[in-house]
Amino acid sequence: MVRRPATETQITHAGRLWLYMLGGLIVLFLILPSLLVIPLSFSDSRYLAFPPPGWSTRWYEAYFSAVEWRDATVMSFNAATLTMIISTALGTLAAYGMNTSHSRFARIAYAAFMLPLIIPGILIAIGIFLLYAHLGLNNTLTGIVLAHSVMAIPLVVITVASSLKSYDMNQEMAARSLGASRPWAFLTVTLPQIKVSVISAALLAFITSLDEVVISLFIAGGDKATLTRRMFNALRDEIDPTIAAISTLLILMSVVLLGLTQMLQRTPVTRPTTEAPNAAAKN
Amino acid sequence: MTTTSLPEPVIGREPQAREALNAAALRKQVRSEATALSALSLPGLLLIGAIALAPIAWLFWLSFRGKSGFTLEHYERLLHPAYILTLQTTFELSFLVTAICIALGYPLAYLISQVGPRLATMLMLLVLFPVWTSLLVRCYAWLVLLQRRGVVNTWLQDMGLIEAPLRLMHNFTGTAIGMVHIMLPFMVLPLYATMRSINRDYMRAAANLGASPVRAFWQVFVPLSLPGLFAGIIIVFVLCLGFYVTPALLGGGRVMMWSMQIERNVTYHSDWGAASALGVVLLAMTLGIIWGVGRLIGFDRIIGGR
Repeated sequence: MVRRPATETQITHAGRLWLYMLGGLIVLFLILPSLLVIPLSFSDSRYLAFPPPGWSTRWYEAYFSAVEWRDATVMSFNAATLTMIISTALGTLAAYGMNTSHSRFARIAYAAFMLPLIIPGILIAIGIFLLYAHLGLNNTLTGIVLAHSVMAIPLVVITVASSLKSYDMNQEMAARSLGASRPWAFLTVTLPQIKVSVISAALLAFITSLDEVVISLFIAGGDKATLTRRMFNALRDEIDPTIAAISTLLILMSVVLLGLTQMLQRTPVTRPTTEAPNAAAKN
Repeated sequence: MTTTSLPEPVIGREPQAREALNAAALRKQVRSEATALSALSLPGLLLIGAIALAPIAWLFWLSFRGKSGFTLEHYERLLHPAYILTLQTTFELSFLVTAICIALGYPLAYLISQVGPRLATMLMLLVLFPVWTSLLVRCYAWLVLLQRRGVVNTWLQDMGLIEAPLRLMHNFTGTAIGMVHIMLPFMVLPLYATMRSINRDYMRAAANLGASPVRAFWQVFVPLSLPGLFAGIIIVFVLCLGFYVTPALLGGGRVMMWSMQIERNVTYHSDWGAASALGVVLLAMTLGIIWGVGRLIGFDRIIGGR
């Protein structure tokens, strides 16, 4: 096995053992730090030694019994859910419109949608802070949801637009030639076929809002503080083990969400055979 | 949405004129439909414009405004040694992090592009896992690991490699480690996407023509992977320039990044003139770099890299 050539240039598996080891180490560097937080969250000590001297669930109790952590969690989940709904709707609509119209405006619009990803977050954050100070939207759920939607819409547009690129619009034409209106054709023919990417985009929007830090630091204060804002302030002061418990729960959620998107992508999507070669070429 | 009814066909007249009129009507309808479809992107665009872009235009205006109208004083103040030092730190850190990300990301992306599809999918999941993990969770993990009595110091002491605990966080080193950890996936993703699309036959051809494996790698594979590498460099470098969270937490106030100066001017001094001038400079640097490299390799590759 190890003597078999692994590449077109006849390097054997044994000859690139170093590459496998290096790759393994880099992957460990990527995932191990986050995973190490999980056993630490069950430590019974205030000092985060590894391995923990004893086991307990006291940090989970501390998290679930503290009103301010609970309020912040509820706030974050409310904001993330609303952000997910708004940005998925607006982003999908925009991706569909830009993909089907092929106009020059659509190309410019696509570039404009990418701006929130390109502009440094801190600049967007102080801009929104300034705007909200005049509109009275600082420390409101509305304000947080609108700001988070701005950050999530570009990701929805990218995700949905990339799946629309390989989708054959003639199917919708066929539906319309049989009497369906454009919105009806979209809902009954196109949407079911791109639903995997729409759901992935929605999950991505949800996690974007839940994880957003910089903007929340400025606009989500007082009793509307989000989980990330409270965590950030707690981290700046001291290394409180309660955060290990919260982190473990957040990691669990990331794993579930990421797993969900992967499972969805595996589900075979039925496509008419005639469009396959073209779609592949376009990619 | 517009009606789907076709334009009234023109009948009578000469056949040629009839055709021309019909074609013109059809073209007009296609255009109006394209306009209507483009309008679907307006709600999203308006939201982004109103919430994100308009305030930035406002900051731009504020950066040129003093007590008595137009002024450049906010920009002149940026020449102060403290700001110059911040700029230097920001660039040093961004270059260092980008360089380490290349050193770690290239081998990893190469490895993933070479293994079988099932292992590649699994490795990509492991690369994506940090991206889906909260930024704060990852910063917290590094704070725990790099503390004075943290895991890294304890292990290094137990192995007898060091006598006294090293200062690993609340300084340049800790910030760089944390930032590499956050940025590495953004290097691997575009690199892997490019490497996967490299035709394996080129390597076979190089070997056939007598190139050693090392030479085939450097003369065939590496040049073909450059677009992905450039995309990764640009994403990582630009994100580093404006990065706030990780330097603020792992730097412990001792590593002053450009973005932290902006935050400080707003929160502590309510000095919008200085904050917006700093912001405009940051934005100009970011857009300048993206524009420059975009001219070099094409904008689609940068955006498509994610």
